Amino acid sequence: MSYAKPKVAHPAIAKNELGYTRRDYEGSISTLCAGCGHDSISAALIQACYELDLPPHQVAKISGIGCSSKTPTYFLGASHGFNSVHGRMPSVVTGANIANKDLVYVGVSGDGDTASIGFGQFSHIVRRRLNMLYMVENNGVYGLTKGQFSATADFGSASKGGVPNPYDQIDLIQMALQLGATYVARGFSGDKKQLVPLIKGALSHPGFALIDCISPCVTFNNHEGSTRSYEYVREHDVPVVTADYVPYAKTIKVDYEPGTGTSVKMHDGSMLNLHKLEEDYDPYDRKKAINYLLDCQEQGKIATGMLYVNPDVTDFHDILETVEEPLSSLSYDRLNPGADALESINASFR
Amino acid sequence: MPDLKSVNELVLRFANVNGSGSASANSLVGKSFFRMGLPVGPKNIFPSNIQGLPTWYEIRVSEKGYTGRRGSVDVMVAMNSQTFQQDVADLVPGGYLLYDSTKPLNPHGRRDDINYIGIPLTQIAVSKYEQARHRQLFKNVIYAGALSALLDIEFDVLCDLLGEQFRGRDKIIESNIDALQTGYDYAKRYYDCPLPVRVERRELVGDRILVDGNSAVGLGAVYAGATVAGWYPITPSTSVIDAYTKYASKLRTDETSGRKLFGIAQAEDELAAIGMVIGANWNGARAFTATSGPGISLMSEFLGLAYYAEIPVVLVDVQRCGPSTGMPTRTQQSDLMACAYASHGDSRHVLLLPATPDECFEFSMLSFDLAERLQTPVILVSDLDLGMNDSVSKPMTVAPDYVWDRGKVADYEMLENGFEFYRYLDIDEDGIPYRTYPGTHPTKGAFFTRGSGHNKYGGYTEKGPEYKENMERLLGKFSTAATLVPEPVIEDKGRPDAVLYFGTTLEPMVEAIDELNQQGYSLDQIRLRGFPFSEEVWAFINRHDRVLVVEQNRDAQMRSMLMIEGDIDPARLISVTQYDGMPVTAEFLVTAITGHLSDDPAVSQRLSA
Repeated sequence: MSYAKPKVAHPAIAKNELGYTRRDYEGSISTLCAGCGHDSISAALIQACYELDLPPHQVAKISGIGCSSKTPTYFLGASHGFNSVHGRMPSVVTGANIANKDLVYVGVSGDGDTASIGFGQFSHIVRRRLNMLYMVENNGVYGLTKGQFSATADFGSASKGGVPNPYDQIDLIQMALQLGATYVARGFSGDKKQLVPLIKGALSHPGFALIDCISPCVTFNNHEGSTRSYEYVREHDVPVVTADYVPYAKTIKVDYEPGTGTSVKMHDGSMLNLHKLEEDYDPYDRKKAINYLLDCQEQGKIATGMLYVNPDVTDFHDILETVEEPLSSLSYDRLNPGADALESINASFR
Repeated sequence: MPDLKSVNELVLRFANVNGSGSASANSLVGKSFFRMGLPVGPKNIFPSNIQGLPTWYEIRVSEKGYTGRRGSVDVMVAMNSQTFQQDVADLVPGGYLLYDSTKPLNPHGRRDDINYIGIPLTQIAVSKYEQARHRQLFKNVIYAGALSALLDIEFDVLCDLLGEQFRGRDKIIESNIDALQTGYDYAKRYYDCPLPVRVERRELVGDRILVDGNSAVGLGAVYAGATVAGWYPITPSTSVIDAYTKYASKLRTDETSGRKLFGIAQAEDELAAIGMVIGANWNGARAFTATSGPGISLMSEFLGLAYYAEIPVVLVDVQRCGPSTGMPTRTQQSDLMACAYASHGDSRHVLLLPATPDECFEFSMLSFDLAERLQTPVILVSDLDLGMNDSVSKPMTVAPDYVWDRGKVADYEMLENGFEFYRYLDIDEDGIPYRTYPGTHPTKGAFFTRGSGHNKYGGYTEKGPEYKENMERLLGKFSTAATLVPEPVIEDKGRPDAVLYFGTTLEPMVEAIDELNQQGYSLDQIRLRGFPFSEEVWAFINRHDRVLVVEQNRDAQMRSMLMIEGDIDPARLISVTQYDGMPVTAEFLVTAITGHLSDDPAVSQRLSA
């Protein structure tokens, strides 16, 4: 490993229910640019996993290629990680998930990785209802190749050199809604308070959860004229529905009274408390959500928060009708049909 | 009229229109020979089409056990007006043409040296059946009945086969047998039955089976303990997954819960298919996919990742005619180099080369063991001829003491007991490191898998010497692979010249070698079964002056691989290629091989001595 952090923790440091410190959820030191939004997302992931009491080694982190896809090295150092092929994270997670349904899957991708080269795979993993968190670290730009527009860049948004984008943008949120995703949220890397509960909700959601997280590229897309800069997003961000995530254990301990809005009971018993900020927004109505998002897009507003949730989900393993145990755990004895069966198959070919 | 006479030696070909329901009648006839104890080689020659284009079904029957294509046709069942002229031309002098005589034959192109057997099939079908669909389907069964009389195929055998095929549906069985009887009676009444070309029961097949290679591969995956398949439909590999699905559903469903001990995902394309296989194998399941040439092209990037990140992959390539879309329903051995050296950068892959269905089964199982032992992609390179046609084969067997080989995996106990795990460290000096499955241990054994530069400890690197050290180890691992792939099958009697071949060239080669021997050409033989090539392959080649390398592609790809890998003098490797998309015939092999050898004065001298 090129970079290592000191491993000794202060004895008084806070621990979660499993006895892990926050440090146990960290990874190696980031090699991204100072101020990169992606590092804030890694920090939010670390906090969410720590607060959810997830055993780090029960999480699998899988990514494609690009700046965003490098980040799985920067969180959950005790988890297996897989930095795969550009745009193909969804297929690798699919295979991993079929093999072992018991791990928690965090897929990390970027806007180029998901909306361009991986657009096909993105669409199909939504259709498959794979139980995972699909995190898009969306900066609207190709950073490693020095600043080309990506497919999520807004029409008319200016590049660093001042050239406006002549193409319409792909909105991954709208795509996911159309394709039947059951947990769809948009975050902003600069708003950790909003992002952490969204991640916790997504990790507890037993189906496909997308977080499209606006994450400014400080080097290539943080200038005047860009619609993915810190400044622009802060000015145009419309938090539609904010969420508090209350884990199962705490819902029992305290008789939680939700403030404004409604509560969504997740499958594991935890609660997602939603606070509607926009009167006419309904996070349970897919069609209305799509219309609302189209309106926002026309007005140049960026709707953030918990945009759609349906806790009643089927997961890919329900479709596949697999057994309860992870397929990877089955012994050869259980998998081997035996010599008699083979002999009767041979006989069927005589 | 030339006199054509034979018992249990014949080539029977059916010429039909695709989608006319002929396949089941034709395969019924094919299987009936097998049931009469005769070695048989049926070949389906079909178009890339659902309905309307020409399709043929050719059956070789041979008491001598030659089940490959011989070349030329003895008996033609010509049911397709589009190809009628060509079908007539393909008959040997003295051969027999069975045709529908409802309409008079076009006198143009009429041959005087063949026998015409007209049966008014359409007329009979129209008078017997009301529905258009029945008329079409039963016409095929009627000619099968006529063949029973003409070739002396046991009528009871045909009835038994129909009974098995439609078990429990007595009305269908009855009407099919009635149609068979109609054809049989007509032929008996109007022609001298049987013809001088005919069959007779023998006991020559023993416990052997008649099965297609793709079924054997799919079943092999079930017996290997594969639990995950990711795939995308493509001819001619689809039936591998169909077979896996069928057998896994039957044999691997949990009896109490009714739930499955396997997961099959039809992917959006071949890229996703192999991505799933890589993800599943990385996560500790045995996973595989099947594809054909175009899929290999698409999967190449991921194959490079699996090679470099050292993830087991089982990939079945059922080759078809390339390049590009090529002729999708015709056979070839033209993906060798695309498979062996798939992906950018320095990468190479282990290939297994089956020639028979029992080898398809055996190598299918073996590919999972090797992929996990070597932690690398293993490509089972089959072809359309082997994959989709039935062949007579030894039964499929698993050694009673078989235990799957999961390779070097550091588990919880090992890690707990202080095993010092580094992902790419070669502690056994065979080039193969240890791996861990995700989720194994709370604090030990986690690693980061990446296709970017890494050192032996699994860390990211851009340092030249560290990168190189790892690449050199991968070469060492490839040397280990050469000791693990199936050894070649060799017949070496110290002759100066030899023939080298692999895969489906086996069937016609058996016949060609006998014929060459009769003509006085004596050759040693080697049949390759794996890549990288083992020491035994090099020793064999080095013992011979010249080696004729026979393969089913234009560019002599196997010959190139021998030159690349073994630094063999090209002058000693003589290329014999056949790549028109049809399975190789013994006639072609004899002509091509004698053509090369008779040019050589030394051989001519030996022959005349």
